[in-house]
Amino acid sequence: MSTATTEHSEDQEHADHGMSVIGYVKVALVLAALTALEVATYFVDFGPFFMPVLLILMCVKFFIVVSYFMHLKFDNKLFSFMFYSGLFLAIGVYAAFLATFKFFTA
Amino acid sequence: MADTAVHHAEHGHHTSTGLSNNKLGMWLFLGSECLLFGGLISTYMIYRGRVGEGPRPGNVFDIPFTSVSSFVLLMSSLTMVLAVAAAQKRDDRGTTLWLTVTGLLGATFVGGQVYEFTAMYNEGLGYTTSLFGSAFYTLTGFHGVHVTVGVIMLLSLVAIIKRSKVPGDKAEVVELVGLYWHFVDVVWIIIFTLVYLIPT
Repeated sequence: MSTATTEHSEDQEHADHGMSVIGYVKVALVLAALTALEVATYFVDFGPFFMPVLLILMCVKFFIVVSYFMHLKFDNKLFSFMFYSGLFLAIGVYAAFLATFKFFTA
Repeated sequence: MADTAVHHAEHGHHTSTGLSNNKLGMWLFLGSECLLFGGLISTYMIYRGRVGEGPRPGNVFDIPFTSVSSFVLLMSSLTMVLAVAAAQKRDDRGTTLWLTVTGLLGATFVGGQVYEFTAMYNEGLGYTTSLFGSAFYTLTGFHGVHVTVGVIMLLSLVAIIKRSKVPGDKAEVVELVGLYWHFVDVVWIIIFTLVYLIPT
């Protein structure tokens, strides 16, 4: 009885950490569709929307994988803090780095 | 304090945070990897227009081929998450199956990258041909090495699971390898857009 209860609670814990298999497949289908749209920008002229569309799709795909496949959406916030600290530090440092190069070459 | 105690009771990790130190360490490592790839991507963005006498990016990139490679890597994230789900259900057969499929998809991606590099070299883009070439091969090469390390980790894990020699919580070990694998995938999502799809 005790073992069964423990196993049940562990299963429940794992279930709480993620999604169902069908859910993962749905997320993968969304990612595949977004990738197809990205590739379409190479063959179809999106005009002035080309760059914003690509950058938005890139960010959406990034956060979908990180949130659902890497479980950050369901996990402890400390893990999110660890990862996003590194990510935003990198974005800040290299944005400044690229801006500096732009200033010097202008 | 009370929250930590509750969390400790729920998850069974005997640590001061109530969280797995292994998982915390992996997320810290992935955060530091953002800085590594951030540097490589920034360097590429600065030098991508410096083609010198060598070929331009548009002349050597094969977008349809790279799109298929990207799709393969993206789908390997699905098979990886299915391996984690199987491990959490203590389904060893499902876990090893999905880990093997993920490893094979990763190996396919690396094979595609080797083919791409060979084709580019034959078209005149060597590592020292131009700053664009150096930055491109360094960035995508580093990513390729990460994928290769991931494939080795996946196939090693399959062997360890089959011998029933996984130390500690098996589901957590699979999840940790999965986190690394998904990170490699998200880095490629950025590289594919910034390097291949956005022209110089």
